[in-house]
Amino acid sequence: MIEAVGLTKRYGDKTAVYNLSFQVRPGAVTGFLGPNGSGKSTTMRMILGLDNPTAGSVTIGGFPYRKLPNAARQVGALLDAKAVHGGRSARNHLLSLAQLSAIPARRVDEVLRVVGLQDVAGKRSKGFSLGMGQRLGIAAALLGDPQVLLFDEPVNGLDPEGILWVRNLMKSLAAEGRTVFVSSHLMSEMALTADHLIVIGRGQLLADMSVTDFISANSADFARVRTPDTDPQLREKLSSALTEAGGHVLPEQDGALRVTGLPLPRISDLAHEADVRLWELSPHQASLEEAYMRMTQGAVDYRSSIDQKAGLQQPLPPGAQPPMPVPGQGQPGWYAPPPPPPGGRPAGLYGAPGAPGAPYPPAAPAGGYGAPQGPYGAPQAAPNPYAQPAPAPAPAPAPAAAPAPAAEPAPASAPAPADLTKPEDAR
Amino acid sequence: MSTHQPPLQQAAPAAPEWQAAPGGSYPGYVSPIPVVRTHLGHAITSEWTKIRSVRSTIWTLGVFVLLVIGIGLLAGAVVSNSASSPDDLSGSNALSLGFFGLLLGSMCIITLGVLTTASEYGTGMIRTTMVACPSRARVLAAKAIVFFAVAFVITLAASAFVAMTQVSMLNDVARTPTGGEWLKGTVGVSLYIALLGLLSLIIGSIIRHSAGAITIMIGAVLAPLVIALFMFSSSLEKVRNALFEYSIPNQLSVFYSNSLSDSGPSGWDPLWIILGVTAVAFAGAYALLEKRDV
Repeated sequence: MIEAVGLTKRYGDKTAVYNLSFQVRPGAVTGFLGPNGSGKSTTMRMILGLDNPTAGSVTIGGFPYRKLPNAARQVGALLDAKAVHGGRSARNHLLSLAQLSAIPARRVDEVLRVVGLQDVAGKRSKGFSLGMGQRLGIAAALLGDPQVLLFDEPVNGLDPEGILWVRNLMKSLAAEGRTVFVSSHLMSEMALTADHLIVIGRGQLLADMSVTDFISANSADFARVRTPDTDPQLREKLSSALTEAGGHVLPEQDGALRVTGLPLPRISDLAHEADVRLWELSPHQASLEEAYMRMTQGAVDYRSSIDQKAGLQQPLPPGAQPPMPVPGQGQPGWYAPPPPPPGGRPAGLYGAPGAPGAPYPPAAPAGGYGAPQGPYGAPQAAPNPYAQPAPAPAPAPAPAAAPAPAAEPAPASAPAPADLTKPEDAR
Repeated sequence: MSTHQPPLQQAAPAAPEWQAAPGGSYPGYVSPIPVVRTHLGHAITSEWTKIRSVRSTIWTLGVFVLLVIGIGLLAGAVVSNSASSPDDLSGSNALSLGFFGLLLGSMCIITLGVLTTASEYGTGMIRTTMVACPSRARVLAAKAIVFFAVAFVITLAASAFVAMTQVSMLNDVARTPTGGEWLKGTVGVSLYIALLGLLSLIIGSIIRHSAGAITIMIGAVLAPLVIALFMFSSSLEKVRNALFEYSIPNQLSVFYSNSLSDSGPSGWDPLWIILGVTAVAFAGAYALLEKRDV
């Protein structure tokens, strides 16, 4: 049982973690998700007493980590795989840790066998690959046979066999009644491993719910509707009919329409009433990865952009048009962030599109974390400067807002959001 | 944040379970391996495993022994070949020839001392250590004890061997050392060198960077003497003398009763000086370790 209350950490004027409160319960694998630099590792380090929180507290079984009697027998942790002295052999590394916590020395060989490093136990860990290093780190975490386990990015550098092994290991550890807290930035991995999710972005809590709830709350279904290519007015006609009926319509790249908020039969009826033929009417479900990206998009610290090669490219021949994004086409539209304003973060306009039809987590009580909860459990307009890029306070009218990014096509930023659609189109 | 509530409905049924088991005990897993209350002794065993299982220990201590014994024997051989009467050594005893090897060798002890703490920061091992043993004072104390013991034993063995060889080599030309001189020339210098190494270990823990800490320590050993050498102005006479007298090489030679001047530290004074400095540094390192993030 790990309990964090109002956990805050500042490094100088940079706030790494702000007002984080959560509980990690025994008997389940709890995934700890967030983009790079969102404060996952800082939180882990505070749980383990390595960093002192600026404010708030975190306890394990009711004790702050540094007050735990024989901490290594109660909590095992894999922080980063290379946190070993490379000149020491795997066995000696584990032996020194075992001696520190009064663990019998034969346990060292046991855990080496568990992680499959028994053949290289005498080798210096300097020569270990990333995957072997991860295994050694996992061995160190298992050494004390603890009730609480923390793993920071445990599958980094592991081969598929290793990933499968870690996945099953986590599950079996949790099945034994232990508390397992695993951080990752891979939603797909957590979807397979975790029972419960804690999602943070830019140091703040975005969601704290079970995986099933997360899926139902966030994977908003939509319908793809295609009208005959030959007759563009039909498309417009249907769009307005659907919007009037309360649906949200977004044009797709290839001319299809993406409709949310209306069940399929109703769309069909509306099309019939409007006298519009349909070439396609199909249900689609957004993936968990997509839901996660939508949730964290405003909280991404490090965003890649296109390589401009300024001044290095041939000037375009006269008369040729540079490829410009066309409104409604080539734009992800559905959940893409608007182009980041110069020197700023994406505004919170897009926090909510697509959500109206989705059931919100029914149990997120307002003020449960001391801050009002937004649609995704995000602190909504929290009174701190750090919360500025948080998702929009209220569901913005998605269809109206969608073409906005395209209306002012900034060549530098337009392609960046396009990347975000990939997982969606690659369904 | 005191009004914290479980955010989810499905948490509610689980809540009584873990709330019924307050503080420390878990409803879930109990390890079959008995939990022992740990103490400083466990940390010392662990640090001993650490210090003996890296190559830098073998290398630095090997070079140290080689320097002390090699230079000691070389000096003894040169003096015994050229000197013909006790006057050539101006009345001092044969033990003083051990000084040169120890002065050079101290660099190895400094390096090992710094590496014992700073290399853990360099590799990230410190986080693993501090997670396994959250009592930072215990870790620092265990490192200090293990390192001091290793440095003292090795220095004592090397300096005693050199002292005995030199005394037997220079039997005819040098004065036979007294019991007190024997004690100072072996146990005294060994304690001094080991404390110098311990100071390096503490500086390593404060600076957290191997190269930086080694540079600081070597500067501290050599700089005062070198600076004093170039203080020609008579108005700086007092500073110059103080730098000479309290420079670490001079303090080391006090153990052999051949100081650069007569006014500075004498007898066992250097040992008390470095003991005081080390104690203050240890307190500082402890305070920093408790306060800083790992």
